[in-house]
Amino acid sequence: MSSYIVEAIKNGIFETLQMTFFASLLSYVIGLPLGILLYSTSKGRILSNRPLNLIFGLIVNICRSLPFLILLVLLIPFTRFVTGSSIGTTASIVPLTVGAVPIVARMVESSLSEVSPGIIEAAVSMGASPIYIIVHFILPEATPSLLFGAAINISTVLGYSAMAGVIGGGGLGAIALQYGYYRYQKDVLWTTVTLLIIMVMTIQEGGNMIAKKARK
Amino acid sequence: MTEVFRLDRVSKKYINDGREFLALKDVSLSISEGEIFGIIGMSGAGKSTLVRTLNRLEDVTSGTISFYGQDLGSLNARDVRKVRRNIAMIFQSFNLLQQRSVLSNVMQPLRIAGVRGNERKEKALEMLRVVGLEDKKDEYPSRLSGGQRQRVAIARALASEPKVLLCDEATSALDPKMTSEILDLLKDINRTRKLTIVIITHEMSVVEKICDRVAIIDSGMLAEAGEVKSIFADPQSEAARKLVFPSNPFDPSEKDSRLIRLVFDGLSAGRPFIAELVEKTGHKVNILSANTRSVGGIGYGQMVLELPKGEEEQIIGFFKDRGLSVQEVKHSEQLHS
Repeated sequence: MSSYIVEAIKNGIFETLQMTFFASLLSYVIGLPLGILLYSTSKGRILSNRPLNLIFGLIVNICRSLPFLILLVLLIPFTRFVTGSSIGTTASIVPLTVGAVPIVARMVESSLSEVSPGIIEAAVSMGASPIYIIVHFILPEATPSLLFGAAINISTVLGYSAMAGVIGGGGLGAIALQYGYYRYQKDVLWTTVTLLIIMVMTIQEGGNMIAKKARK
Repeated sequence: MTEVFRLDRVSKKYINDGREFLALKDVSLSISEGEIFGIIGMSGAGKSTLVRTLNRLEDVTSGTISFYGQDLGSLNARDVRKVRRNIAMIFQSFNLLQQRSVLSNVMQPLRIAGVRGNERKEKALEMLRVVGLEDKKDEYPSRLSGGQRQRVAIARALASEPKVLLCDEATSALDPKMTSEILDLLKDINRTRKLTIVIITHEMSVVEKICDRVAIIDSGMLAEAGEVKSIFADPQSEAARKLVFPSNPFDPSEKDSRLIRLVFDGLSAGRPFIAELVEKTGHKVNILSANTRSVGGIGYGQMVLELPKGEEEQIIGFFKDRGLSVQEVKHSEQLHS
């Protein structure tokens, strides 16, 4: 491999990590509250509200059913509006976030649903308000499960970030596509793929370890 | 005596998949301050629903429930939360926060009530001392035994200085030794802190051991209520008899023989009546079931006998002369009592 490609790969690793980090962070900033809403407004839960639950559920389901590649293209005008450009690392963060939010929301909803109804009943019997119950009972109890979910979500975002290479996003995905696929440089292709695998595994296993440690 | 709860013709209807189910029918009850009140019934009888109406975890369909004279049904959400701080509850599955330490669990109700940090900790430690678990304050619930977890739950319940403690099958998940320890603790708390306790259970032994009065719930209806001692000595309803008397008697040897039930009170349980009967009269009776228990330190017992043909009147006379209460029992009643 020539030295400029090695340099590009080094740069790609950094870009991939950058995209993954910011997109994951932003998707949790939006997805966590959305997941809490999906959970608490569903039938039989503490803020049960059928119309609201249906609306949120519908939005999430529509976003989830769009293939990520289509979402990337559809979002180009929006991305340009937000970041001023539709190509590059920063621009990729926008579609990555939009794509990950519904997944995060569903994952959060499922983690919260695992909390034993008995604990919530105990909280209600103590005279706690719904908000208090969410913050001090449901979220702490669901923390290990939320962390397991986060490990899956972050590795998914990392995988998606490679796809962003198709429409001009940066990172390892773009390198694999441009040098490895379009220019038939098999060594570049395999190097980048191997690096992606290592990164996903590190995130997944590291996340699992943290989650296990958090479980009392 | 001050009345803590008054239930007036309380009914609760559930609608499940379009089908109605009446969980409580016209239940009227009164629970007084300082007593340990038992609510007993078979599973599915409606006792868990009943206890949940007391802190409005369940709303009633009709009827009223008042707590110290205040109609619970008339309160808005905020006021209900305030009232609930006076009505603590413990559960069969303990319902402790698994991700929080013992101390932090006990502090929860204080935090909800808005007690400041330092005071919160001190109060929680005091409650852990009451239940004898101060040394476990930094442990997590998963590392405690069932009995210890229930103790933590009791400490948590007591922390906010409630007026009433509701126990929903609180000992049903525990072994007999731990059950006994928890019941002793509850009795002790009742006496020292003048705390009114309402106990939901399906086990007669729990009622015998600590309750002052008991209500028997059968398919959503109040079958019988009164002093534990009098219900044990002389149960009036079918549901009460089922709970008081053993459930697996022998079948009578003949279909048309007469059966009697002897009930002993504290005095007569000490005398060997059957031996005397056989020795003095030579009549041989068949014991179908027999059971003795101690209620509040006094021995109670009952025995169902099948009488030999032709000698029924002499045998009944023999027991009556000795001051025993003798009741005729129908074969059908014996079989499923």
